[in-house]
Amino acid sequence: MSEAVSALGGARFEGLAVVEDCGLSGMITLRGDLSAAAVKKAALAGSGCAVPGERKAVVSDKGALLWMSPDELLVLCPYDEVGARVAAMTKALGKAHALAVNVSDARAVLRLSGPKAREVLAKLSPVDLSPEAFGVGDLRRSRIAQVAAAYWLEDEESFRIICFRSVAEYVFGVLKVAAAKGSAVGYF
Amino acid sequence: MSARLATYGRLIDRTSKLDFTFDGKPMMGFEGDTLASALLANDQMLVGRSFKYHRPRGVVASGAEEPNALVNLGEGARFEPNQRATTTELFGGLAARSQNHWPTLEFDVGQVNSYLARFLPAGFYYKMFMYPRSFWKHVYEPFIRQSAGLGQPPKERDADTYEHFHVHTDVVVAGGGVAGLIAAKAAAQSGARVLVLEQNAHWGGRAPVDGGRIDDWPTDGFVERLVKELEGMANVTLRARCMVSGLYDHGYVLGYERVSDHVPGAEGPRHRLWRIRAKQVIVATGAIERPLAFAGNDVPGVMLASAMRDYLVNWGVAAGERVIVATNNDDAYRTAITLKKAGVEVLRILDARETGGGALMEEARRLGIRIDCGRAVGKVTGGKRVKAVQICAHQGAGGALEEVACDAVAMSGGWSPAVHLWSHCGGKLTWDDTAAMFRPDESRAPTGADGKPMAVATGAANGAMTLEAIAADAFAAGRKAAQAAGFKLKRASAVKADPAPESAIEPVWMMPARARVGLRAKAWLDYQNDVKVSDVQLAAREGYESVEHTKRYTTLGMATDQGKLSNINGLAVLADTLGAAIPAVGTTTFRPPYTPISMGAIGGEARGEVFQPLRRTPMYDWHAAHGADWEPVGQWRRPFAYVQGGEDVHQAVNREVKNVRQGVGLLDVSTLGKLLVKGPDAGRFLDMLYTNMMSTLKPGKCRYGLMCNENGFLIDDGVVARIDEETFLCHTTTGGADRIHAHMEEWLQTEWWDWKVYTANLTEQFAQIAVVGPKARQVLEKLGGMDLSKEALPFMDWKDGAIGNFQARVFRISFSGELSFEIAVPASQGLAFWETLMEAGREFGIMPYGTEALHVLRAEKGFIMIGDETDGTVIPQDLGLGWAISKKKDDYLGKRAQERSFMASPDRWKLVGLETTDGSVLPDGAYAVAEGSNANGQRNTQGRVTSTYYSPTLGRGIAMGLVHRGPDRMGEVIEFPGTDGKTYSAKIVDPVVYDKDGEKQNV
Repeated sequence: MSEAVSALGGARFEGLAVVEDCGLSGMITLRGDLSAAAVKKAALAGSGCAVPGERKAVVSDKGALLWMSPDELLVLCPYDEVGARVAAMTKALGKAHALAVNVSDARAVLRLSGPKAREVLAKLSPVDLSPEAFGVGDLRRSRIAQVAAAYWLEDEESFRIICFRSVAEYVFGVLKVAAAKGSAVGYF
Repeated sequence: MSARLATYGRLIDRTSKLDFTFDGKPMMGFEGDTLASALLANDQMLVGRSFKYHRPRGVVASGAEEPNALVNLGEGARFEPNQRATTTELFGGLAARSQNHWPTLEFDVGQVNSYLARFLPAGFYYKMFMYPRSFWKHVYEPFIRQSAGLGQPPKERDADTYEHFHVHTDVVVAGGGVAGLIAAKAAAQSGARVLVLEQNAHWGGRAPVDGGRIDDWPTDGFVERLVKELEGMANVTLRARCMVSGLYDHGYVLGYERVSDHVPGAEGPRHRLWRIRAKQVIVATGAIERPLAFAGNDVPGVMLASAMRDYLVNWGVAAGERVIVATNNDDAYRTAITLKKAGVEVLRILDARETGGGALMEEARRLGIRIDCGRAVGKVTGGKRVKAVQICAHQGAGGALEEVACDAVAMSGGWSPAVHLWSHCGGKLTWDDTAAMFRPDESRAPTGADGKPMAVATGAANGAMTLEAIAADAFAAGRKAAQAAGFKLKRASAVKADPAPESAIEPVWMMPARARVGLRAKAWLDYQNDVKVSDVQLAAREGYESVEHTKRYTTLGMATDQGKLSNINGLAVLADTLGAAIPAVGTTTFRPPYTPISMGAIGGEARGEVFQPLRRTPMYDWHAAHGADWEPVGQWRRPFAYVQGGEDVHQAVNREVKNVRQGVGLLDVSTLGKLLVKGPDAGRFLDMLYTNMMSTLKPGKCRYGLMCNENGFLIDDGVVARIDEETFLCHTTTGGADRIHAHMEEWLQTEWWDWKVYTANLTEQFAQIAVVGPKARQVLEKLGGMDLSKEALPFMDWKDGAIGNFQARVFRISFSGELSFEIAVPASQGLAFWETLMEAGREFGIMPYGTEALHVLRAEKGFIMIGDETDGTVIPQDLGLGWAISKKKDDYLGKRAQERSFMASPDRWKLVGLETTDGSVLPDGAYAVAEGSNANGQRNTQGRVTSTYYSPTLGRGIAMGLVHRGPDRMGEVIEFPGTDGKTYSAKIVDPVVYDKDGEKQNV
């Protein structure tokens, strides 16, 4: 394997919140009937997690599993383990009609953290991000400014954000603008 | 003259002086002033000129409804026109300039229009500028453009930043007056999340000015305590300087927060647009006082009675020294009383009502103010400020009974609830005959997604005009909204204000009631657009019965204030002239925003670097560092060409084309769509999507395919590679990736939902690089790894393997006609692979090439390009692509449509090559002309150019085009008139001008 680099190359910005590149991350799209035993088995094989509820993310010591749509999950794992995980998932799927495919390079992963993280994200995404409505483990596929993004709350003060690789700089850019010093809203 | 008093001024801090300028003249105000109050404190009565007649105008109101006091505010990168002085908070160093005059505010040439007013009636422009027709473009339009417009457009880039903020809440309260605050508390007591937005910097609205007692507290004390209490509630958020600008479908509310207008240059955004989803909206937007339509009601110094009271109580400014008050209701007496108590001379109260008012009148009389009942203002005299009032009988034609010298006039025609927000999303109004006003009709509220009311109007906005009624109404409204938002009500004690009964208003739409023509022509309805009583009456006489038509004909209510002062008076005059009832005439439509909001706030963060998402391939930075001349392709940026040394971009393209034909070139094709299609029904699915047969493709093989929509038109093309028995990888055009993925999902989810197929968009998973040219194989073999010989990997095959240190998937496909390998590696390694190829290719003269060279190379081969040869009306058969249409399949998307008579007609325009007789390059998009002309007198056409380039390979222009029966007319010469005055002659030829047999790509 040759030199693999993430789209943002370790970029980091500190303002109202910290915006940072999470580097390369293993990501596997799993499409199938989420109630099927083989799909559940494959999800577990890939992530070490049971299938999460709607709009939820679950984490294990092996990886994480995100609910993306009624027939789609996203497995997160270390970047260099993707090949083995896809193989294990494919094996677990057996003859079931499903699709497991490596999308690690198609996306970028960022972290947005700090006490004002909710407010920064709420400037760009039309989701109810109030503490009452959006807790740890909650996930949305929504938009950030003008592009599609998925994000979930890892802990009370940090979001993990996934966007397409080609717009990683754009997403980093708008998060920087939203986190500019002096722009706190003071709502949440 | 207007001046600052030593006392009063509850909103100003006299210890904090602020310097500012108006038209360059230095002035002084206090912290807490608005620009309007500060101007009046400096005796600046004249603040602008009107739009049409350039009449001198002064401040008439004290809030968002102000039509006259618009200024150019700020300088340079913080310059903004049409800023209302009444809602502009004063800050140190503020620089304002008056608008709409030349050469100066004091002496204005345009005022000649005023003397010509009788020749400039309603509809003048429509009547005058119709004939002769040619005059419109050369005489009338330039003249109108020069004289149109209020402020000036900014010249510099805005120095400030703006942002949006998304909020979801249970209840939004629009308005932080007593009604809004009481309603907010009543709603919040149920546990609902409440967001209270107030457009001004202070709470309580006008209650502290108007007096009275609530819950045994004077209003200001009551407000202060209530605000403190609300601030302490965890489920309540209060936001001042934030106007609710609009109410939209499904409880979507926009709040316009002016974060730092009062402290320009402060860190952070200047404006913030709150994008709120609310379950319920409480409309507590107050009411707006109506002017009286008497002659000279626009002379500086004539002011709304409530405004004059505001300036005195809030900012300690007396609008005049000797004041006359004209009214048709009790409220204006408060102004007279307040002024009198402050030591201002109140010469007379002219009450249009024969019997006058109630308790307030008695109070005024006790203070020694002279009250004339049944009397009216016949005319105000004065130019740049009020000089005198001619007093007449209200029920007469305006004959002056006496003239009284004065320097200010306070007028009140009653109050109109601010029903804008209620009406934005469909809330209806009802005419209250007793109170002479339109008020929200509770039974016809704006409704949400569930068909139930999503808004509750309360307080003055709901037509409750006494403090007692407002307090009771607001408490009930808060509880109603909380309940509608799904909360259970808890026991709470009602809010009670002391009763202060008032006697009834008597509607006055024109003063005096039978004013003669000369007076009606000087009685203004719409100050900003210069519409008078006589204009509306003329419109009615000319047959304009609809209020919407009258509005557009006279321009009543069409200015930046959207008729906040003029609408009701105007439609009442119209109704009166038509002999119709006011509710039968109705109102014009209320549309958001309530007052203009900044373009910056609408744009939010989208400016500069992040104006638009820019999609970058993994090699983007390399391209940028190596002379890329960018071309936008969708949201991607692709290199058009790599410009080197002293060459221009066209020389670069020619060099790149030649280098590919003779050596080896490198093209970043990462942007091409890569859609994975998998499942037992994948072959069947692709057979329906593509015109040709895909299910018979063998794993390891590639096939070029065409996709059509149901109407038979070509929508995309690309190479499909079969990965295994159940899996295909479909390449799409760059612009088609997302669209075709959605197209696939739509068919799978809506029509063929029982087919076992899953798709995934892998476009960005791979960096894809085309290594193209006779030396391509040598470059790759130098890196070592998989066998890339013709035998191991023939044309139209693909294979996984290693190239050097890279795991790659190699497709033997060609869009240039040369030996070509399209190589996909994981995107994260794209840049490393590209650099490795550049290094390895150096000895072979490898060069990157851009999209323009790609175009020239494909055009030389006669390959079509979606978007050039297709435009949504072209079918594959038009392009000579019949070979890619399966005759064996029962069906595919578009098959049925392509069998229709006009699709199968031989008379269609079809693809051919075009060779200019002199070797020049045809203009892009040029039409070939035919004999005769059509029914519109336009020249008939017989074809058009779809692709045209200079071919460095052939040393002449090459082109493709769609020509009527083209392929049957080989050798014929047709004419293409260019927009440059030249006519180009081109011979119809074969579109393939290079390596017709495809030998070069098959080596």
